[in-house]
Amino acid sequence: MKNTLKTLLALVVLIATSAFTPVGSGYDIGDIATDFKLENIDGNMVSMADFKDAKGFIVVFTCNTCPYAVAYEDRVEALNKKYADKGYPVIAIMPNNTDVKPGDNMSAMKARAKAKGFTFPYLMDKGQKIYPQYGATKTPHVYILEKTKKGPQVKYIGAIDDNYKDASAVTKTYVEDAVDALLAGKEVPEAKTRAIGCSIKV
Amino acid sequence: MKQVALIITLLLMSYGNGRYEAHSSDKETIRKSDDSLKVFDFNELQTYLSAKDANKTYVINFWATWCAPCVKELPYFETLNTNYSNKNVEVILVSLDFPRQIETKLKPFLKKKALKSEVVVLDDVDANTWIPKVNKDWSGAIPATLIYNKNKKAFYERSFNYQELENELKQFIK
Repeated sequence: MKNTLKTLLALVVLIATSAFTPVGSGYDIGDIATDFKLENIDGNMVSMADFKDAKGFIVVFTCNTCPYAVAYEDRVEALNKKYADKGYPVIAIMPNNTDVKPGDNMSAMKARAKAKGFTFPYLMDKGQKIYPQYGATKTPHVYILEKTKKGPQVKYIGAIDDNYKDASAVTKTYVEDAVDALLAGKEVPEAKTRAIGCSIKV
Repeated sequence: MKQVALIITLLLMSYGNGRYEAHSSDKETIRKSDDSLKVFDFNELQTYLSAKDANKTYVINFWATWCAPCVKELPYFETLNTNYSNKNVEVILVSLDFPRQIETKLKPFLKKKALKSEVVVLDDVDANTWIPKVNKDWSGAIPATLIYNKNKKAFYERSFNYQELENELKQFIK
């Protein structure tokens, strides 16, 4: 009997750990995110600490070359237009290795930002040190952070909305819903969502 | 005794967690199709994600023509399909190409590469709903691969070379 019990217990532990061990590391909801100091397309170095008046940030890992990221460019720009003045500016970070994806190098980033009229910082994760800390795996991949006394706290991880194909057919605006909730002092309704994206190139 | 009952309950619960929902398998059987490319929503694709043939091991690769690492590893899946077809292994390539590019990009690509593995297209925008049904840990990045048979299932959010892929498969067909 004792043996059966032991075996069963061992099985439960095994299954429980295999079911709940996360695949990658990185931030989860509630974690305090690290600040960064990364080069912007205008040549300046940008940190979250520079944004004294911000209440938080919409950090978007994105790039030039991923079709999903491209499909969302205008929507990311619209997010910045809508929320920067309300205290939640967009900070875009390009995480790819530019030796693998030359189309994502700094001059290509500058050209793309100019062509699309980006009004948000578009930063190069030089040396690819930042995206692994966040746990970003793909572009686009969004982290919404809220400034707290402890530092920028992760409040949302995931997709921009639920229709990459057609902005006009979107039924769930995950990022907007999250920022609206934070601005209203409420809980983010859906804190983690998923979407297809391009793996970050290492 | 009470403890045992509790443990068994826990065991069943955690087992249920990782399982796919049961599906009716009244769909047509998986077959090669040269005439037209099948475009599925996730519900339709699900018949491919639960063993139709209990004796087979299925290798399901999620890819797209616009995904460079996916295109790079396609030949390894093709080779695997060829080398293991007589060992009850079937490779299925699930394309996530944009529907508007099926005619302009995907079909010409398939024609050029003359892929032997079955290719189907998944066109379902509600990824937040279907991604966790493929695997609860999948962040949504591609390439991604699911290998399963009636005994075992594993999911890989990563790229493979042939050796790595074959090593993973071998754990299923021991």
